[in-house]
Amino acid sequence: MAEKLLEVKNLRTEFKRDKTWVTAVNNVSFSINRGEILGLVGESGCGKSVTSLSVMRLLARNSKISNGEVILNGTDLLKEDKKGMRNIRGREVAMIFQEPMNSLNPCMKIEKQLTEAILLHNDFSKEQAHQRAFDVLKSVGIPEPEMTLKSYPHQLSGGMCQRVMIAMAMSCEPELLIADEPTTALDVTIQAQILELMEEIREKKNTGILMITHDLGVVAEMCSRVVVMYAGRIVEEAPVKELFAAPKHPYTQGLIASVPKLGSGVESLPSIPGSVPDLSVMPKGCKFAPRCKYATDICREKEPELEVVNGIHKCRCHHFKELGKEA
Amino acid sequence: MSEALVSVKNISKTFSANKGMFGKKKFVHAVNDVSFDIMPGETFSLVGESGCGKSTTGKLIDHLITPDQGEIWFQGKDISKISDNEMRPLRSEIQMVFQDPYGSLNPRMKVQDLIGEPLLIHTNMTAGERLKKVHELLGVVGLSPSHGERYPHEFSGGQRQRIGIARALTVQPKLIIADEPVSALDVSIQAQVLNLLQQLQKDYNLTYLFISHDLSVVEMISDRIGVMYLGTIVETAPKKELYANPRHPYTRALLSAVPIPDPEKKSSRIILQGDLPSPSNPPSGCLFHTRCPHCTEKCKCERPQPVEIAPGHIVKCHYPDIQETTK
Repeated sequence: MAEKLLEVKNLRTEFKRDKTWVTAVNNVSFSINRGEILGLVGESGCGKSVTSLSVMRLLARNSKISNGEVILNGTDLLKEDKKGMRNIRGREVAMIFQEPMNSLNPCMKIEKQLTEAILLHNDFSKEQAHQRAFDVLKSVGIPEPEMTLKSYPHQLSGGMCQRVMIAMAMSCEPELLIADEPTTALDVTIQAQILELMEEIREKKNTGILMITHDLGVVAEMCSRVVVMYAGRIVEEAPVKELFAAPKHPYTQGLIASVPKLGSGVESLPSIPGSVPDLSVMPKGCKFAPRCKYATDICREKEPELEVVNGIHKCRCHHFKELGKEA
Repeated sequence: MSEALVSVKNISKTFSANKGMFGKKKFVHAVNDVSFDIMPGETFSLVGESGCGKSTTGKLIDHLITPDQGEIWFQGKDISKISDNEMRPLRSEIQMVFQDPYGSLNPRMKVQDLIGEPLLIHTNMTAGERLKKVHELLGVVGLSPSHGERYPHEFSGGQRQRIGIARALTVQPKLIIADEPVSALDVSIQAQVLNLLQQLQKDYNLTYLFISHDLSVVEMISDRIGVMYLGTIVETAPKKELYANPRHPYTRALLSAVPIPDPEKKSSRIILQGDLPSPSNPPSGCLFHTRCPHCTEKCKCERPQPVEIAPGHIVKCHYPDIQETTK
């Protein structure tokens, strides 16, 4: 069995909105092994980005983590102070953000941005740091690293910026990489390049990757296990093949069905009616019940628990046993 | 064969991009020698990556900008050189649905005023008649009349896109130009909007020019597809033909780069090297030769002419018969 790298237990994150606290992430638990890519899927507002920011302890001031543990390599990140966290960020866990163009500082040359983290975490001279920056840029497939080091972000294309972001994240060889929608802002041909690069990094460095995305195609190609989130909760967790072959939760089923598949020749798509509930006016009981075609009285009254389907396949639904048979 | 509703003949559009006060004048070739026909009642799609000129083409047809060269015929009339005043009556025949449902609705107007505005301009209806029509249209796009009293911020992304579609429908247009209408939406909502667009096409006998970067969405909705690269259409074909038998190397790479939401099917991706060349300095010869895996000397100096290799299947490539070797 592979070694556990990150374990998140019962994480609960709340935001202050109009003087009341709303829960964005509720009782979320999952783990990532070394060299594994875990997919975290869900639609906008389901809490997947908040989960990753909670792990990094990068939440905004109007929020708090009110419960849970985030254990990376045996240390609970939630118990670290600011200074301790600064040492861990970059060295042990690094993050790639969705919009490469906006996540780089436009007023700093790439070299300065890259060496900043390298100098902070290593006892390097400037020349050594420069060499390391050159090497990581080369390793992420940038054709002219020397020239890129001397450029500003606006002189690079979106794909190049994302490569720089990945280089920056990998510069201190973290054991865990959190990628928050790393390819959403990119074109498909560039997306293919970046996904290939991430797969390569995982293979070479045995890095654990938390891949946050809304694109089920990316999940199917990259991840070995998937966690599906809805309205701040995990609704299903399964190995990727099992999830696509036999999804148990009605939301997962709807989500997979509503993705247009290339080459399938379908003329119309099944869709999930309604939209995601607002965090401050969550329905009682199962959060998916108002959009679920199988919902019964118990769904509207009592929130289901995350139950084991078989092995590591888990599902949060009152009716998954009956639904499994007909689906 | 019936008369084409829209006929675009060799249009080109360049934008000037000035480099400072004394710098040499630069030109961005946004659209370069593009021709296609759209038949009444069909859906013609333009696909391509960002910056390939697909949105500019849409704007040219809607007369929001005028072409430098070429002609645009709409219902047997050349609209490429007419004045804005002459265009105004035609505006009710061509309507647009925009990408960003958050940016394309005036936040200070009630939904019923937003939808009713085209009626105020194009018809002599009284306020009561307009309101009746607005309520009818709200029903058509799956909203209720009471929604008309609200402001855009009270709606979700999918609902706003429905409002945008209702507004386009008010004046009974013949052609709807939909510029990335679903790319800002979550998958479950995306399916709802796509299904709505298809239903409306049947009910109102609409013709669509559908602009998108997502090949799987395009496959579902189109009859014919044009693939754009750096301002030109490199391949045009009926939907089935294009997906079963893509002949341009760029189309093949684009199709193979789309992640397939099925973990059992490991796709054989063709990874294109490098980025899109800058449209202000397009490559010589075939525009795709800098990234093409089959590039020869001929491709570098000679621009390929469109060849019809099967009925309705037009390719701009010197070697349309090369088979792809995937890894």
